[in-house]
Amino acid sequence: MAKITLENLAHSYLDNPKNDDDWALKEMNHVWNDGEAYALLGSSGCGKSTLLNIISGLVEPSQGRILFDDFDVTQAATTQRNIAQVFQFPVVYDTMTVRNNLAFPLMNRGADIKYINERVRKIAEMIGMKEQLQRKARGLTADAKQKISLGRGMVREDVNAILFDEPLTVIDPHMKWELRTQLKSLHNEFGHTMIYVTHDQTEALTFADKVVVMYDGRVVQMGTPQELFERPAHTFVGYFIGSPGMNVLDADIQGGQANVAGTPVDLGAHYTPQGHKIQIGVRPEFVRLSTDGGIPATVQRVEDVGRHKIVRLDVAGTEVNAIVGEDQSIATDTNAVQFDVAGINIYADDWRVTPTQGAAP
Amino acid sequence: MNKTVNHKAWFLVLPVLILVAFSAVIPLMTVVNYSVQDTFGNNQFFWAGLEWFEELLNSDRMWGALGRQLAFSAIILAIQIPLGVFIALNMPKGGFWASFCLVVMSLPLLIPWNVVGTIWQIFGRVDIGLLGHTLDWMGVSYNYTQNPVAAWITVIVMDVWHWTSLVALLAYAGLQSIPQAYYQAAKIDQASRFSVFWYIELPKMSGVLMIAILLRFMDSFMIYTEPFVVTGGGPGSTTTFLSIDLVKMALGQFDLGQAAAYSLMYFLVILLISWVFYTVMTNLDKRDGV
Repeated sequence: MAKITLENLAHSYLDNPKNDDDWALKEMNHVWNDGEAYALLGSSGCGKSTLLNIISGLVEPSQGRILFDDFDVTQAATTQRNIAQVFQFPVVYDTMTVRNNLAFPLMNRGADIKYINERVRKIAEMIGMKEQLQRKARGLTADAKQKISLGRGMVREDVNAILFDEPLTVIDPHMKWELRTQLKSLHNEFGHTMIYVTHDQTEALTFADKVVVMYDGRVVQMGTPQELFERPAHTFVGYFIGSPGMNVLDADIQGGQANVAGTPVDLGAHYTPQGHKIQIGVRPEFVRLSTDGGIPATVQRVEDVGRHKIVRLDVAGTEVNAIVGEDQSIATDTNAVQFDVAGINIYADDWRVTPTQGAAP
Repeated sequence: MNKTVNHKAWFLVLPVLILVAFSAVIPLMTVVNYSVQDTFGNNQFFWAGLEWFEELLNSDRMWGALGRQLAFSAIILAIQIPLGVFIALNMPKGGFWASFCLVVMSLPLLIPWNVVGTIWQIFGRVDIGLLGHTLDWMGVSYNYTQNPVAAWITVIVMDVWHWTSLVALLAYAGLQSIPQAYYQAAKIDQASRFSVFWYIELPKMSGVLMIAILLRFMDSFMIYTEPFVVTGGGPGSTTTFLSIDLVKMALGQFDLGQAAAYSLMYFLVILLISWVFYTVMTNLDKRDGV
């Protein structure tokens, strides 16, 4: 178990990166605490797998250092880093029995046979494959194989970190839920540092203590699920997390007031944003429909998703979503929206601006 | 549901029947026809029953050729399969040198059989051949026209030279299809180089290797041109394999009936061994746990 420090880390797959776009990972400095569960969240191609492979030692970064606790492991081979990794698609040794698959990492390290048996029994119980230990891994279903991969990743107790690269992609939905819960309880029990790469926000938010959102080779925000929801540091975080994502509208900011589509909106705090593109971001949960006063809007359609209704509106050519309780009715003469002050964030060139004075936590 | 009775549909099968008849059944039946008859020329045939088959089964000549043939196939398989896999494992994984190796290795496969035979026939000659002369100069007694051991070694080395590339290329294709994650997982599990080969590469290659073994077996079992050009089946009959023996019988001695019986037996042996190979290997594949 170890604390992982990324120092000035950056990576490019090209030999001579020239501009910003050539870097798969832009320079970053982060400390990942020992024993916490992190989820690396982002859309495909944002650099999350690259970052994971740098941590596991399969890719050597173009610049910067990685420290496990206080040891520099930037140049260290994968085997020396003492980590475990579970891949997106099941990696099992087909010709071995399930038991040998699970025991393999321990046998290669010359562990005591009694200890191996003990661990294998425990892990098999956890992944629910006790009955199939004697069976060859070949011919098992994809999710059974992936369970073996997960088990092999967790069979060693002394690992510095366990890395998961979208491990539940091939698993059936009901099994997904169960395995995720098991991973979570395992984390609570053993306290391994876990890093979990995914593009599924539900998976990230339920699994992790801290979610690391990546966009275009950068870590745009690292925080608890609640922080990501209430104070998205980047418009991408607002858009990517939440269903539907945050509404973002162009606005003029004058101290404590914004001008959105010709209507003044009270911000509850003072902002002095600098940049070309100034925007106001409000999550659908904080948008209220109104029949008398507010920003003029027309209702386009209403979607009932069961737990609540999503109202799609048009505000001066931009789509704005609002979430309305399941039992609330929507007035037929709805012609405007109002924003809840607690849910307003201001963005300059996509990055959140902290208020210069006033409330806003 | 009422089925319409329409036997005209059978006509749709007719083209295939005709094709198979002309390509396989009719030629085979002429051989069967010859195998139960005897002729003294003038296109006159006499019924001989199973005489040819009886004679064949009691012929030392046939058993000798069959034994040599089996030994030849076994030896070249035992060399070419491991050697091909070894070469594939050591080939570059990509880039210019991978393409370069692939082209160089494909070269022997493109050379016609009798040219391969001629190349080795000259290569091995003691008076003018590079190999034969060098060996002779080094004091090694090597003469494939007189020494059976030298003849066998020449024929086997020639086949290895000609066909190992095929095994290597197939194995290489098998290796290339292994996802990178397997190697990464093996690194993380601290697997040794041997474990990587034994538990990852070999099982993943087993499919293409089975094809390689089948192809090489059938091809080597039917080998004719190369040894015929190099040794002509000699010295004596020490490198006379089934095909060479059969051609001698059919065209050299013009024993049509006996040669036809020989052909049928040859065909059945190939069919039988291929079937055994196939069954054993597919069963190995299915032998999962339980």
